[in-house]
Amino acid sequence: MPDATGLAGIGVSAGVAAGPLLRIAAAPALPPPVPVGDPEAEVRRAYAALAEVVADLERRADRATEATVAEVLRAEALMAGDEELRDAVREHIEDGTDAPHAIDAAFGTFREMFAEAGGYLAERVADLDDLRDRAVAVLLGLPMPGVPQPGHPYVLAARDLAPADTADLDPDQVVALVTEIGGPTSHTAILARALGLPAVVACPGVLRVAEHTRVLVDGATGRVDVGVDEATVVAARRDAAAEAAAVAGSSGPGRTSDGHAVKLLANVGSAKNVPAADQAHAEGIGLFRTELLFLDRASEPGRDEQITAYREVFRAMAGRRVVIRTLDAGADKPLPFLHQDGEPNPALGVRGLRVARRRPGVLTAQLAAIAAAAADCDADVWVMAPMVSTLTEATEFAAAVHEAGLPRAGVMIEVPAAALRAGDLLRAVDFLSIGTNDLSQYTFAADRMCGELADLLDPWQPALLQLIAICGAAGRETGKPVGVCGEAAADPQLAPVLAGLGISSLSMSPRALPAVRAALARHSYAECRRLAELAVAAPDAVAARKSVL
Amino acid sequence: MPTRTVTVGSSSGLHARPAKIFVEAAAAAPVKVTIRVGDKRPVPAKSMLSVLALGAKQGTEVILEADGDGADQALDGLAALLAKDLDADDA
Repeated sequence: MPDATGLAGIGVSAGVAAGPLLRIAAAPALPPPVPVGDPEAEVRRAYAALAEVVADLERRADRATEATVAEVLRAEALMAGDEELRDAVREHIEDGTDAPHAIDAAFGTFREMFAEAGGYLAERVADLDDLRDRAVAVLLGLPMPGVPQPGHPYVLAARDLAPADTADLDPDQVVALVTEIGGPTSHTAILARALGLPAVVACPGVLRVAEHTRVLVDGATGRVDVGVDEATVVAARRDAAAEAAAVAGSSGPGRTSDGHAVKLLANVGSAKNVPAADQAHAEGIGLFRTELLFLDRASEPGRDEQITAYREVFRAMAGRRVVIRTLDAGADKPLPFLHQDGEPNPALGVRGLRVARRRPGVLTAQLAAIAAAAADCDADVWVMAPMVSTLTEATEFAAAVHEAGLPRAGVMIEVPAAALRAGDLLRAVDFLSIGTNDLSQYTFAADRMCGELADLLDPWQPALLQLIAICGAAGRETGKPVGVCGEAAADPQLAPVLAGLGISSLSMSPRALPAVRAALARHSYAECRRLAELAVAAPDAVAARKSVL
Repeated sequence: MPTRTVTVGSSSGLHARPAKIFVEAAAAAPVKVTIRVGDKRPVPAKSMLSVLALGAKQGTEVILEADGDGADQALDGLAALLAKDLDADDA
């Protein structure tokens, strides 16, 4: 690799891929207006640009593999080819406006009408802006904005990916993602993991790489090699394929190379997710979210409905552990039947177990339904509460669980107060489960939804790891299980660190499970403990991640 | 001039998919058809942007108008289309 240079970012989705780098083109700026000499020629120019946009949208619709995406693209093509729009463009040009400004003005009229109509149509204003940008780009001889569709595999580079860009992202063409900004919880990272694409975020310099330069992306280490030769690409692909085969071939319970067990569990929302968990050889369910049942409801779901839904999952998991979480909703995830008025700061409001302060009946009804469902199934049912902050809350919850006839009560560790007192809590309950997304949010006072603060929500932040260490130590001391569910549990590189911190189970989306199993199997327990020490002692998240590579 | 007054049947209103189906049918009609809501300005039924801009929801009454040979037949077809729920999967 004689001429290659390296860029460094944060690897957020493991895997290695290489290809020519292409960027998402930016929306073109309107040039200053120019006088129109030949209106007829100018009209032809404008119409040709609109026709090119229509043709491009139709080509993309033809290629789209998803029927919905194709339909959306065809509806957009209809808009770009609209006769009324063309008439408006002609009128503006005949009044002396040049083609780009006439197109801008014509779309502007409809934009206003859409915005005025409000609701659904107001949301479509962005579509109109996109169509205008595309037509203007054609007129100016610039690439059309959006995700490129060159018809061959490439590495997509962008400042950051907007949700709108991703509808159009073709996994057959895009082999890896690299963004200049963003963090492990950014849209890019989530999307990349969902599509199984290697991805690197927070990679400064990537936008200065010349288009079509061949780059190699390592989504585990965060390295982006620029200007690599073909032999390097071939070698990297071979290594990646060998790694993928090793991961795909992994099965059985989670353990380190010397046999220290770390249970590998799956997060599910309903019985529909159980087959995926089975396919990944999950040892049980580490997080059964019950919110699904309560969403969009004007009234609480009835007892029988709840029993049926819980029983489906318990039955499917006969003989295995199922950790079911009581309703996690409230100010942050409002549910109609809870009638919660706007709270000034939903993340700091009445949510999770706190809802039981106002509506204790919802919790007791749910616990009764869980107990009834568990009674005629063989699953090992554990129950846990979200958003617990104090020993009193934990004690009261455990009492309610036991009163309902359920043997195992636990609490989620999502706020620093609970993590700091993990030892106390473990004397009151049977297990802990750490929700790293919320724990990060509250530890760093950084809203989970705030993309700009994504670096603070990085699960490798040493302060977060230190809180996890407190919980892990409490688990070792009391001999009670302490698990992690949430984004952090799905990170294969973090798995040995978490094991070393004393975590006894990891629960994640089934898709992530094989890679985590393979990562654990590559380290001895002593190594895990050493890596955990290094990561907690690191000065920042980037250094913590580097310390274990 | 032949007219038809129809209540929009699609659950999402005359948006996205239903609008597209209606506009394509109007464009295929042998006569120029207009559509309006109440006393507002009639717009060409084959203009996607204009039809969307009507902001017609499920239950909104719209008036179709056309003139010339085959106007009645075209209006009947388009009216029937509008009255259906075009969001339903089999539409």
